[in-house]
Amino acid sequence: MATFTSTSRQPFNAEHVRKDFPFFETGVAYLDSANTSQRPRHVLYAMDEYFEQFNSNVHRAAYHVSEVATERYEGTREAVRRFINAHSTKEVINTRGTTEGINLVAYSWGQKNIKAGDLIVLTILEHHSNIVPWQILAAKTGARLEWVDVDEKGELRLEQYHALLEQKPKLVTFSQISNAIGTINPAKQMVHDAKRAGATVLVDGAQGAPHQGVDVRDLGCDFYAFSGHKMLGPTGAGILWGKRELLEAMDPFMAGGDMIKAVRQEGTTYADLPLKFEAGTQAVAEVIGLGAAIEYLEGLGMENITRHEREITEYAMEALSELPGVRIFGPPVERRAGVVSFEVEGIHPHDLSTIVDRHGVALRAGHHCAMPLMIRLDVPATSRASFYVYTIKDDIDRLVEAVADAQRIFA
Amino acid sequence: MGVDEQFYREYILDHYKNPRNFGHIEHPTYTHEEDNPLCGDVVGIDLLVKDGVVDDIKFHGRGCAISQASASLLTERIKGMSLDEARTIGKEDVLSELGIDISPARIKCALLSLKVLKAGAWGLGEWPGEEEE
Repeated sequence: MATFTSTSRQPFNAEHVRKDFPFFETGVAYLDSANTSQRPRHVLYAMDEYFEQFNSNVHRAAYHVSEVATERYEGTREAVRRFINAHSTKEVINTRGTTEGINLVAYSWGQKNIKAGDLIVLTILEHHSNIVPWQILAAKTGARLEWVDVDEKGELRLEQYHALLEQKPKLVTFSQISNAIGTINPAKQMVHDAKRAGATVLVDGAQGAPHQGVDVRDLGCDFYAFSGHKMLGPTGAGILWGKRELLEAMDPFMAGGDMIKAVRQEGTTYADLPLKFEAGTQAVAEVIGLGAAIEYLEGLGMENITRHEREITEYAMEALSELPGVRIFGPPVERRAGVVSFEVEGIHPHDLSTIVDRHGVALRAGHHCAMPLMIRLDVPATSRASFYVYTIKDDIDRLVEAVADAQRIFA
Repeated sequence: MGVDEQFYREYILDHYKNPRNFGHIEHPTYTHEEDNPLCGDVVGIDLLVKDGVVDDIKFHGRGCAISQASASLLTERIKGMSLDEARTIGKEDVLSELGIDISPARIKCALLSLKVLKAGAWGLGEWPGEEEE
């Protein structure tokens, strides 16, 4: 098994952490971790080890290497269970990512439980992956969608949320943290209130799991979806967690190999949880990589990660604010994750991205898959800098210099 | 001169800040607007055609420097051309007129104004797939 590099065990220091990530040898100031993160050697080695030493399919063969592969694959499930504090690995479903997890719920749970006239509550902060599946479900079933708005600081209008809860929604869904502007939603309180109103609750943890971590039992929701690739793992491996009794009652999302108990001409009985939802050959190497990413994050400590990101975020907000004509979207740093979305007067975000790119700074420009929010903020797009365990103040300094250069060019 | 000055050449910035033929035509022969929802660029073009010649052209819109400068340059080029001649303008012409190396991510910005002409103002209806490249 790949081991941690020695640097990771010392007190948290982003300069040291960074050395575990080969990507930074490129010299790029990478400020797009809310989009996808970089991967430490620990993750890359775990995947290489699979390919080189026990590459085989899981759950199927009786030979040794397949047993090792299965053990590692299932090892990730246990690592995830521990990381999110779930009751059982039966509640931990491997998906390709948050999008698939939400779609799984929208189809398998939604089509069975949502009826014409039912209310689905979501928020204007959502990523398209937590909007479009519900629009499709609503169109199919005749359910209606209601959106919780934000205030001028980009924080949810909770009084409006509570008014919607009084209409007894069947489903409430929202993100733990906004990917577009970094708002940390009061998720626990929101889940609590929605459960009291009798709703089933899905929390989109795509940004929450990597940056704050989660305790699904403490959070109290029914479903929680997240992606491995935003938390130092590879693309193609994500998790849907769901309460066992809900998952048991749901029909499969995809059908095929591995999700069956017995197939006869007369019909099929499905596998027990969690395999009922894992049809076909899974992304074995990626799932193993996700397990290694979780080990690595646990080694750093989620509290250290959150604290480091807060420091960097505060530094970035101050430095960017000192430039003339820069407007930052979203809440104050106390209620903001490591995301700074901003606009620069007179420079379109795409022009800004192009210029800072020439300074070796990777900055996202666009709608961040949150078009309804962009319309609400009345901007065509924003520039977004987002941070993680390896972000250092020098990255921010380089961003600020590059933005100042863009201002000089566009002056 | 740094790389950025080379990319955002003086005349591109000039067309962005001081767009030519900006505005609307009161009774246009053709009018059409399109947006690029991916980045929020908007370009609309009004054409006044007399005796088969583009007598007047105006554009409006908002967005990045590439999309707006490209639209401004296109209007300058087309004004006074016969419609037949104008119809032959292709994406290569637009890109070479910009004279800069456009990355794949920005190509839609550069070609939005041409798309507006082709898909709308010339009644071609369908965008012939330039954005695939």
